[in-house]
Amino acid sequence: MEYFIQQLINGLQLGFVYALIALGYTMVYGIVRLINFAHGDVFMIGAFIGLYTIERFQWPLAAVFVSAIVGCTVLAVLIEQLAYRPLRHAPKIASLITAIGVSLFLEYFTSLRQVFGPNFYSFPRPFPVVSWDWYGILVTNIQVVIFFVTILCLLLLQFIVFRTKMGRAMRAVSFDYVTAGLMGVNVNMVISFTFGLGAALAGVGGVLYGIAYPQVNTFMGFMPGLKAFTAAVLGGIGNIPGAVLGALIMGQSETMVSAYLSSTYRDGIAFVILILVLLWKPTGILGTSRTEKV
Amino acid sequence: MRLLRNLVKAVAAYALLAGSISLMAGAGFVNPYWVQILELACIVAISAQGLNLIYGYAGLFSLGHAAFYGIGAYTAAYLMKTYGGQSQAFFLAALLAGGGASATVAYLIGLPTLRLTSDYLGIATLGFGIIMKVIFDNADSFLPALGGARGMTGIAKMTTIPWVVFFLLASLFVVRNTIHSSYGRAVLSVREDEIAAETMGIDTFQYKMVGFVTGCAFAGVAGGLYAHLYAFLHPSNFDFFKSIDILVIVVIGGLGNMSGTLVASFGWIFLLEGLRVVLPPGYVELRWVLIPVLLIVTMLLRPQGIFGAHEFPFLRGKGTR
Repeated sequence: MEYFIQQLINGLQLGFVYALIALGYTMVYGIVRLINFAHGDVFMIGAFIGLYTIERFQWPLAAVFVSAIVGCTVLAVLIEQLAYRPLRHAPKIASLITAIGVSLFLEYFTSLRQVFGPNFYSFPRPFPVVSWDWYGILVTNIQVVIFFVTILCLLLLQFIVFRTKMGRAMRAVSFDYVTAGLMGVNVNMVISFTFGLGAALAGVGGVLYGIAYPQVNTFMGFMPGLKAFTAAVLGGIGNIPGAVLGALIMGQSETMVSAYLSSTYRDGIAFVILILVLLWKPTGILGTSRTEKV
Repeated sequence: MRLLRNLVKAVAAYALLAGSISLMAGAGFVNPYWVQILELACIVAISAQGLNLIYGYAGLFSLGHAAFYGIGAYTAAYLMKTYGGQSQAFFLAALLAGGGASATVAYLIGLPTLRLTSDYLGIATLGFGIIMKVIFDNADSFLPALGGARGMTGIAKMTTIPWVVFFLLASLFVVRNTIHSSYGRAVLSVREDEIAAETMGIDTFQYKMVGFVTGCAFAGVAGGLYAHLYAFLHPSNFDFFKSIDILVIVVIGGLGNMSGTLVASFGWIFLLEGLRVVLPPGYVELRWVLIPVLLIVTMLLRPQGIFGAHEFPFLRGKGTR
C-alpha cells in the first residue's frame, strides 16, 4: 500500500510537469488548429536556461523561473512570426511541416558543440533536497515545489483566460477567428500572445523537469512533448482543464506501468490509453464534439 | 490490343531502367555505395507512394507509416531467415507476405480508428506507431529471432536494383490506375467532402479503408526490401522520425501528386547522403541544421508542394492535362 501511494505521488509529480507542457499544446491547437511540434523543444530550451542560470550565474530560484519564462516566450513568439504566420492561410499541413522543421532545427542546432553540445548534462539542484518520511511514504521538497509552482501557474492561467480582456479575446479567436477579427480583435496579436503564454508555461515546466529529473539533453523535449500533446488530446484538445486531467492520467499510467510491469513498456502504455479513450470518446474526455453543418 | 501495347511499354520501361542501372553498376561507372543509396531511394519512394495514397488521395492523416514499414520488414526478414535461405522465388513470397502482414494489421487498426477525423486520426496512428516501436523493442521476448532492442541480424542480402525498380514501377502503376478509375474517383470524393460523398451513395468508410490498407501494404513491401538491403534491422529504423520523413516527402512533393512524391523521395535521400559527402569532415552534424532550414524555406515558398498539381505525362490519366 505504501508502495502504491509512493508511486501515486511520483506519478503526480510527472503529471504536473506534463500538464505545464500540455497547456501550451492545447491553447495553440484551440486557437490555430496546429499541432505545434516545436513546443517540446521550447520546453527543452527552458530547461537549458534553467541549467545556465543556476550553474553559471547562481541566480535565485525566482530569477531562474523568470528568465526561463522570458526566454521561452520570446523564442515562441519569434517562431510563430517566422514559421507559422506566413502560412496561416495555406493548407494546415504546410505549417505542420514547418513546425517539424523548427523542432528539428532547435534540437540539432542546440546540440552543436558551439551551442549547448550533444551530451547529457546533469542539472544542478538549486536548493538542498530535503525529504520527509511520512508513515513510510517519502515526500521531497522538490515535489512540494513542483506542486505549488504548477498550481500557481494554473491559477494564473485561469485568471488570464477568464478574467482579463486578453483572455476574452483568446476565447473569441478560438471560437471563430474570422468573426473575432471583424469585431475588432487583433487576431495576430492574440495568436502571438497565446504562443507566448504556452511557451512561458513550458519554460516553467522545463526548469521543474530539470530539478525533478536532473539530466538534460537537447533532445529531451521530444518524448515529453509528444506525451504532453497526447495528454492534451486525451483530455480533449482545446480544453484547459482537459489538458491537466489528461496530463495527470498520463503521469499516473506511466509511473504505474514502470512500477508494476516493466519500464520498457512505459512509452507504449500512454498511447494504448489514448487509443482506447479516442474510441470511446473521439474528441477526448472533456472535449465537446462539434456537429458538422452541411 | 491496347492492353498488350501497354504491357510491352511497361516491360520495356522496366528493362531499360533496371538494365541500364545494373549495367552501369556492373561496369563500375557508379560505385556500389551510390547504388545502395539509389536502392534505398527507390524503397523510400515505394513507401512514400503508399502514404501519398493514404494521405494525399484518401485524405487520411497518418503519422504512423513507419510502423507498417517495420511490420513488413520484420515479417519478410523473419520468413526469409527461417525458411527462405537464398531463394529468389521465396524472396518474392516473403516480400508479398510482408505487404500482406502490414495490410492485415492496417485493416485491424483501421476498423476502429478510421472513424476518427483528421487530427485525431493522426494522433491515433502516431500512438500506434509508438506502440509498435515498443513491441519491436521487446520482440525478442516472444520471438528471439527478431532480436528486439539489440537489432535483427543474419538477414540475407537479397535486394537488388531489378527488385526495387520492379516494385517501384508496380506501385506507380497501381496508384495511377486506381486514381483514374471510378473507384479512385470515389476515394477522392471522400477526401474532398465526406458528407457530400456519402449523400451520393458512396460507402465512405469502405473507400477510406481500401486507401489505407493499400497504402500500408506498399509500406510493408518496401519494408521487406529495406530489410534485405542492409541485412540488419533495428527498432529505431521504424520510429516516429521515420514516419515524419515519409510525411515530409509526401508534403514537399505535393499532396496527392505521384510525380512530386517520386522526385521528393529521391531528392530527400540524395540530399541526406549528398550532404554527408559535401560537408567537410567534422561538420557532418550540420546536416540536420541545414535540412530543417531548407524544409521551412521550401514550405514557406511552396506551401502546395514542389509539384503542386503538375504530373509527369506518364502518370497522368487519359483525358486529363
